Amino acid sequence: MGVPIQVTVNGKPYKAEVEPRQLLVHFLRDTLRMTGTHVGCDTSSCGACTIHMNGEAVKSCTILAVQADGGEIKTIEGMSPDGNGTLHPLQEGFKEEHGLQCGFCTPGMIMAADALLKENPNPSETEIRHALEGNFCRCTGYHNIVKSIQYAADKMRKEVTHG
Amino acid sequence: MANYIGKPVKRVEDKRFITGKGKYTDDIVLPNMSYAYILRSPYAHATINSVDISAAQAMDGVVAIFTGADIAEAGISGVPCGWQVNFKNGDTMKEPPHPLLVKDKSLHVGDGVAVVIAESKEIARDAADLIEVEYDEHDAVSNPADALKDGAPLVHADAPGNLAFDWEIGDKDKTDAAMAAAHHITKLEFVNQRVVPNAIEPRAAIGDYDGSRDHYTLYTSSQNPHLIRLLMCAFVLGLPEHKVRVVSPDVGGGFGSKIFHYAEEALVTWASKQIGRPVKWTADRSEAFLTDAHGRDHVTTAELGLDTEGNFVGLRVNTVANMGAYLSTFAPAVPTYLHGTLLQGLYTTPAIHIDLKAAFTHTNAVDAYRGAGRPEATFLLERLVETAAIEIGMDPAELRIKNFIPPFDGVEEPGYQTQVALQYDSGNYEPVVRKAMEMVGYDDFRREQAAAKAEGRLLGIGFSTYIEACGIAPSAVVGALGARAGLFESSQVRVQPTGKVSVYTGSHSHGQGHETTFAQVVADQFGIALEDVDIVHGDSDAVAFGMGTYGSRSLAVGGSAIVKSCQKVIEKGAKIAAHLLEVSEEDLEFAGGSWTVKGTDKSVGFGDVALTAYVPHNYPEDIEPGLDFSSFYDPKNFTYPFGCHICVVEIDPDTGKVDVKRFVAVDDVGNIINPMIVEGQIHGGVAQGIGQALFEEVLYDDNASLLNGSYMDYTMPRADDLPMFEVGNTVTPCPHNPLGVKGAGEAGCIAATPAVVNAVVDALKDYNVKDIRMPMTPERVWRAMHSNGNGHH
Repeated sequence: MGVPIQVTVNGKPYKAEVEPRQLLVHFLRDTLRMTGTHVGCDTSSCGACTIHMNGEAVKSCTILAVQADGGEIKTIEGMSPDGNGTLHPLQEGFKEEHGLQCGFCTPGMIMAADALLKENPNPSETEIRHALEGNFCRCTGYHNIVKSIQYAADKMRKEVTHG
Repeated sequence: MANYIGKPVKRVEDKRFITGKGKYTDDIVLPNMSYAYILRSPYAHATINSVDISAAQAMDGVVAIFTGADIAEAGISGVPCGWQVNFKNGDTMKEPPHPLLVKDKSLHVGDGVAVVIAESKEIARDAADLIEVEYDEHDAVSNPADALKDGAPLVHADAPGNLAFDWEIGDKDKTDAAMAAAHHITKLEFVNQRVVPNAIEPRAAIGDYDGSRDHYTLYTSSQNPHLIRLLMCAFVLGLPEHKVRVVSPDVGGGFGSKIFHYAEEALVTWASKQIGRPVKWTADRSEAFLTDAHGRDHVTTAELGLDTEGNFVGLRVNTVANMGAYLSTFAPAVPTYLHGTLLQGLYTTPAIHIDLKAAFTHTNAVDAYRGAGRPEATFLLERLVETAAIEIGMDPAELRIKNFIPPFDGVEEPGYQTQVALQYDSGNYEPVVRKAMEMVGYDDFRREQAAAKAEGRLLGIGFSTYIEACGIAPSAVVGALGARAGLFESSQVRVQPTGKVSVYTGSHSHGQGHETTFAQVVADQFGIALEDVDIVHGDSDAVAFGMGTYGSRSLAVGGSAIVKSCQKVIEKGAKIAAHLLEVSEEDLEFAGGSWTVKGTDKSVGFGDVALTAYVPHNYPEDIEPGLDFSSFYDPKNFTYPFGCHICVVEIDPDTGKVDVKRFVAVDDVGNIINPMIVEGQIHGGVAQGIGQALFEEVLYDDNASLLNGSYMDYTMPRADDLPMFEVGNTVTPCPHNPLGVKGAGEAGCIAATPAVVNAVVDALKDYNVKDIRMPMTPERVWRAMHSNGNGHH
């Protein structure tokens, strides 16, 4: 009754048999035990489960694991640019600008912001707020999340210029 | 001197959260773990005729099913209430049992009927679908004022008229006389609507019984692990407390909703012993809406009396508060001692009285939500004052300032004795208003508003000032008021032989950044590096005792307990240092991490003293080895932060949509240890306060069925609903705790809501709108604009 799938998660290939109804977020959390991706609502409204599939930010509670077959997944655990603990500018931004309190929404926020900055390296405050429409934070009032993303955008643009 | 206190030190806990390594309860997987799903009643009020579990039990992968009958048979008591309020006539409040699972009757949608435990959560859920429950549905009531009316459906047979208790505070006769003599009375009737705290991490609990040691472990997403252990052991399951460990690991927000002891915690703990395996339960969001304690839900009539000069002469309040179907842990305290006692506000009003009725309804329990009672008190006061200013034609800021209590520091001048029992510790109220007015540019705004009006745009400005009682609380005082617990805090400061310091605190961080703030305090106490301090919390095996985190109490109470232990370390360290330096203690001074002989360069460092304490070869004869102290700190008084918030809105005249253009918050939370964290707390509180004003409300249908129990239906502020916040502060230290701190966690949520409503009413002054019911949705605002001043639609 399991369906075989093959996915690449944070650069590593995985093969598994999954129940046809299993959600991608449960595959990541329960099968691969990557618990950085969170479940906050079950209705695709809170964004705590945001990951990247094939380069796009998606809500992993709205995708079946079988739909990810053959796909390329990136989660918060894969955000370190060298895979060795170095922080991505977004991760650094959230720390520097106090963009998190309880931390539960943070992985989803970072993944959503990462998708935004890929499309728009120099977003305005309004564009940042618009891009976060699908992600709830109940702790920060979003103020410092906006600043965290601005911090990362500035840093990434400088890296592009100087790199 | 202070190297860390007062600085925006970046948080030490952040790294695990930004890398996906946070460890929340649902992230924990134990060997041989099973999964629980709770079948819940779909009816607000129903008799349960039968529960047939046979088909579910036969399903592959089902481990066990327990029903309300099983719980009753096992002799398990219900979830207790932690605060007793008496009726005016002295009778004890009505306190009906709150069983872990109901057997005969469901009293709100979401009442647990059975728990299915299976090899996976999917199987548990599938099996629950096969349980046949036969219900007889009855009429139900959700509105607290309706519940008190004659003929309302009864929630509990032994609570006639659905009255849980009635209560009053203040001098009724004096207040009635003052109101009779008042030159002007401003009267408002309003609903402070029910909202859901909505921490983004849903509640979760894992019970793990180890038969070989007859030992229980409960992992739970709680703000309050030690109290959960006490309540569960002593009142629910009758377990030996020393054989029970409660761990609250990383917790994804609480806002009050995770203070309380919930049925599921006891259920998984008990069930784990029955089946001999760990049992995990994680709420889905719909369950969270049905079972996390809700907040607010008051129906109020309030009157403010003024004399000819605009002085407040009396305040009279009538409130009905919704308790829900059962009394949650702190529920009775919220509309009484956290609400009625705050009605003095910042004002000198000489006569105050509140008459309160607490009603049972067929709804989920209502308990403390960020601010807990103080937002409701602030809302009614600040709406009244703003409305009075309009009615008598005075500037709202000047009317407030005119009635403010004059400054008092609580040291040279005594604290301020209110008409409603509390004694404020220290306050200086006018500067927060002046500063907020300056930040918002009040005079310029009125010109801008007039110019906008000429263009057909609707701008409005709204004030709110507040005081809160936090740093909860002196045990003897709350004991006299009905608390069934003390509200002290514990700490242990263990200096390791190498001079590194482990600190164990009974406070519980679920976003507040204790691992940073407390480390700043300890590092400065000892003159050591922040990196040399580690803060441990949330585990009853590691931390001696704790009363948890709520009521903006962590730093004022938990932080003070830590300082107390640090002082004991320094005292003992001085004895060791004196011995090593061969001088008397009096000749030493401790600064910068060393004991120095006064007037010399002879000194010994903190690390050397620590090592000596654990390798006591050359050591004073009369003292014990080791450098490890614990303390309990019971505060002398509540702390009383205050502030002024100003909101600027623009309303779209075509749609009624309210846009919060600016939000200025000036708060005085006493001394500040980490301004970055304090600002973050203010931001979050303001966002939730705006949320109540504009977006949030729990809706029930006529038969108390929840209509908007998901994030698709319940509206909360999103990033594009809010502006950048403009935050400032003044500092009036708390006179009675060693850090001079007051508390910042709830301030924003207390102050923001009335400021937004006042701003909307200001924007609509030409439409003769006196009041608008919250949440101020575009529809409500639009209707108010088109109904000649009657905003109650």
